[in-house]
Amino acid sequence: MSEAPVGVRSMTVTVPTAAGSAAEPSCYSRFVNEWFCWQYVEDRHEEITDALVQHIAITLAALVLGVVLAFPLALLVRRVPKLQSAVLGLSTGLYTIPSLALFPLLVPFTGLSATTVVIGLGLYALTILVRALLDGLASVPDEVREAATGLGHGRARLLLRVELPLALPVAMAGLRVAAVSTVALTTVGTLVAYGGLGNLISHGVQRDFRAELVTAAALCVALAVVLDALLVLLQRVLTPWTRAVPS
Amino acid sequence: MDPGGALVNVFSETWSYLTDGANWSGSGGIVARLLEQLLITGTALALAVLIGLPLALWLGHLGRGGFLAINISNIGRAVPTFALLALLVAADWPGSADFGPYGRAGLATLIALVLFALPPLITNAYVGVREVPAEILEAADGMGMSSWQRFRRVELPLALPVVASGVRLALVQLWATATIAALVAGPGLGRIITEGFARNDYGQGLAGAVVVAVVALFLELFAALLQRVAEPVRRAPSPERGAQLSASGSTVAEAPTRG
Repeated sequence: MSEAPVGVRSMTVTVPTAAGSAAEPSCYSRFVNEWFCWQYVEDRHEEITDALVQHIAITLAALVLGVVLAFPLALLVRRVPKLQSAVLGLSTGLYTIPSLALFPLLVPFTGLSATTVVIGLGLYALTILVRALLDGLASVPDEVREAATGLGHGRARLLLRVELPLALPVAMAGLRVAAVSTVALTTVGTLVAYGGLGNLISHGVQRDFRAELVTAAALCVALAVVLDALLVLLQRVLTPWTRAVPS
Repeated sequence: MDPGGALVNVFSETWSYLTDGANWSGSGGIVARLLEQLLITGTALALAVLIGLPLALWLGHLGRGGFLAINISNIGRAVPTFALLALLVAADWPGSADFGPYGRAGLATLIALVLFALPPLITNAYVGVREVPAEILEAADGMGMSSWQRFRRVELPLALPVVASGVRLALVQLWATATIAALVAGPGLGRIITEGFARNDYGQGLAGAVVVAVVALFLELFAALLQRVAEPVRRAPSPERGAQLSASGSTVAEAPTRG
């Protein structure tokens, strides 16, 4: 196999038999290069796990950042309606900027770090969440609000006990959209070397390594589906009153 | 190292990259890359509109396939743009071969772009037609309109603003996806960013990002303007219903995949 690196392409016909005499070539060797290869997953499970953990950490950090910023911003906009068009316009503009351009714009401030990816994705999540929160709060019927005020609820209690719970379904729908797209977008973080599974995809493209590419892509989609299911579950737990109504 | 100094450095490098005429001309220059990306974005938008709109409008008219519209947009969001591009490039077909003026990996990029433009187009067009109030449809039937007349004269004009916002979202999505194509050596301005990062030339990377972002904002404003033009039907009559429809439209608006 010592001659393999030279003229790999022209050797593809002869080399597998040479390798085959010792052992079957693994399904992810450059000569076979299968799309699905369990052997690859077994052999590289540490690398894959590391990438997956990084992916999850970046996604969750970005979502938490988005939620933490979206709440005060949405409440502020509600208090000062004049700000609404400015905030929504700004977030639309931000949402327009492609991720591959947003990360470089943050690099001068945060460097080539996971922070760059987290802040970038957090900003995207923020734009979705602010809108969803405002939509959710606007969906609370005025009669309910008046009834609660009539019952002697103060502003804070009205918000926490009445408005937020009723806004939850719409807000959670926004969170689900934000979560799924954040999982997908984390891959672009590979530009600054913090892309979680995106790093594997990037490496897979450069080396034409199909098993690596497909495994990472499939894990991305699976992660998005699992996160979405967990959020649906969370919503069920948080809004027990909706379960009484058969849908 | 003083971080403030480094910051100023990157910005001055960016500035000098952007003001150097040599970086704008030539085969890999900013202008050539910009035209490449505008060409592929425009082509993909046209293809996606041709494929997606008739289908979605017709399904909306029939009142069937809502499940299809929702699922398409959900799947579109969960599949990373980058992963799909990578799969297309690594496959034997379409691969990363040259595709005329679209450059290396052009066909793979074009396919990925069309696929990612379809979800917002289909969802919005479908929802737009479905949201036409039942009373209006009944009135149209009562006036003796045929199914085609009802679609052509009632549903389509009333759905147009929501359809237009879908096209606008698709455009934003297309521009983002076309930028990401650079990660698989595809065409477009993203190449200036990835090449800058690959050479540790952050001035160039930032310069590319600035151009991409400015053009993105410009396209968004342009699309918003077009959308306003498509809206005269909604303006005149009851503003209440208009507000209601556009509000639900904006919830759909969160549906697009991001790139």
